[in-house]
Amino acid sequence: MRQSPLNMWLRFVVGLLVILIVVFPVYWLFSMAFKTPNEIFAFPPVWFPGSFYIENFKTMWRTDDLVPVWNSIVISSISTAIALCLGTVCAYSMARFRTGGDNFAIWVLSQRMLPPIAIVFPLFLAYAFLGWVDTWHGMILVYTAFNLPFVIWMMRGYIQDVPVELEESSLVDGCTRWQSLIRVVLPMSRTGLFATGVFTFIFTWNEFAFAFVLTRDGVLTFPVHVSHYFGALSTYWGKVGVISLIATLPVFLTVAFLQRYIVRGMSMGALKG
Amino acid sequence: MTIATEFGTRGGILAERNLKYVLIAPAVFIILLIGLYPILHSLVVSFQDVSALFKNYDFVGFMNYGRLFGDGRLWYAMLHTLIITAIALPLELVLGLLMAQLFLEKMPLRQLMVALAIIPSVLSPVVVGASWRLMFDDRFGPINAAIRLLFDERFSLPWVISPIAVYPALLITEVWQWTPFMFLMLYAALSNVDQSLEEAAKIDGAGYWTIFFKIALPSIWPVMAIALIIRALDLVRIFDIAWVLTRGGPGTFTETISIYLYQRGFRQFETSYTAAMVVMIVIVLSVVVVWFLRRMEVTGAQAR
Repeated sequence: MRQSPLNMWLRFVVGLLVILIVVFPVYWLFSMAFKTPNEIFAFPPVWFPGSFYIENFKTMWRTDDLVPVWNSIVISSISTAIALCLGTVCAYSMARFRTGGDNFAIWVLSQRMLPPIAIVFPLFLAYAFLGWVDTWHGMILVYTAFNLPFVIWMMRGYIQDVPVELEESSLVDGCTRWQSLIRVVLPMSRTGLFATGVFTFIFTWNEFAFAFVLTRDGVLTFPVHVSHYFGALSTYWGKVGVISLIATLPVFLTVAFLQRYIVRGMSMGALKG
Repeated sequence: MTIATEFGTRGGILAERNLKYVLIAPAVFIILLIGLYPILHSLVVSFQDVSALFKNYDFVGFMNYGRLFGDGRLWYAMLHTLIITAIALPLELVLGLLMAQLFLEKMPLRQLMVALAIIPSVLSPVVVGASWRLMFDDRFGPINAAIRLLFDERFSLPWVISPIAVYPALLITEVWQWTPFMFLMLYAALSNVDQSLEEAAKIDGAGYWTIFFKIALPSIWPVMAIALIIRALDLVRIFDIAWVLTRGGPGTFTETISIYLYQRGFRQFETSYTAAMVVMIVIVLSVVVVWFLRRMEVTGAQAR
């Protein structure tokens, strides 16, 4: 085994400290959801909510503050699904037929590297002209395009890992290419497909710049909605806490339960890249 | 299903050749539509003279590009972006490496700690911004409260609006969110390092750090390079965290390239001038990225 200059318990204590630094700001934001207005603006700060105060949640339910979370769910899932389908098929072609060669692969990846603000400026002009600003299809299209390079790049790596012989034998047995993709390649690379899907969903879920420019109030996503609640003067920390908690907890749980898949998926994707 | 019959045509090289283009067509179409069209549009507009007040669609040559060089605010925005990148990137790398080394070895609750440690990087930057706005608040923020408790009872620093503290605040937030990403990549890579090599080195009398620098580091280099380039590109186009935390303020003190672009394009509606900036940024970034990727691939191929 490795041998470290620090012994195990010392490392454990350092580890706990690191985790404290990582977790505390998140705890602090979430605690706002359960604090009374007096506790939020208390001086000196109140470290723990005094009671289980759920008035903030009730207010959110009465007002339409949770609609943006629903918008985010719809936009993220549909664009993730489309990007996975189109991206996987494209990656299959690149992995098996070397379509476009390395130049095409690099071009695809380079699409992911431009600043969103630079892309979104001319895109906004086009959307305004077409009347697509603040529409479902407008947002889904943007996010599909935004996620495709990532899906293609990851899935290309995973599909390259599936032995060609397996696929050849399925073709000999009378499968069409399409059947062989569905019945052989996809089941073999399902871990990768799954990890890619989770990442794609989280990217879309968290994205700010595109949604900030391209939505008004019709299909507002939750990050933009949250950002409206802490201006320079008026700040609704209770609301910010509730929305953040509701919109973030599912992501935490997914990541915690699927940690192994995600770690493996991430490193494999990176190594293949 | 029409698609099924498309895919059903097998036999003959010609069918295969068409199939591979049919498969990439939808993805390429969407990428071109959203990725390439805006840039081409910007290219055209950047040679015109369009703004909210003054719509002149005649071509004016390189006028807008000429203005770029005289625009002090643009150069400052670049400087701010470079400062943030130059400080945050090495910090994230070193802290990420240290964390990876720390959690690589056996300790109680390791699995749980790793799961907790990666939380910040799956949060929306807006949520992170909200969280740190609270942390840095001069009255009811925990950071100022802790300093008051430990050092000076009257300490009260409005971090995100004070010129001396705004960069530390921005950098702390940025590094807090993205070090875990670095950690996760390096942790995964380090767990895959060939143990037998390290054993052999240890038997030969190599110390902890020698093993780390001579064996572990070279074998995780490919992952590290990718992680670095991902983070570098994210930092160069930094928008959301900076916007939510400081809006580029106080004044234009923390204005990054992306924020400046936003202000010019969406607040002052200088369409053509913003388009020229977009084109310039796209060209600079493309050159750097393609150069780096090609270099990476060449060295990667040699290593194999």
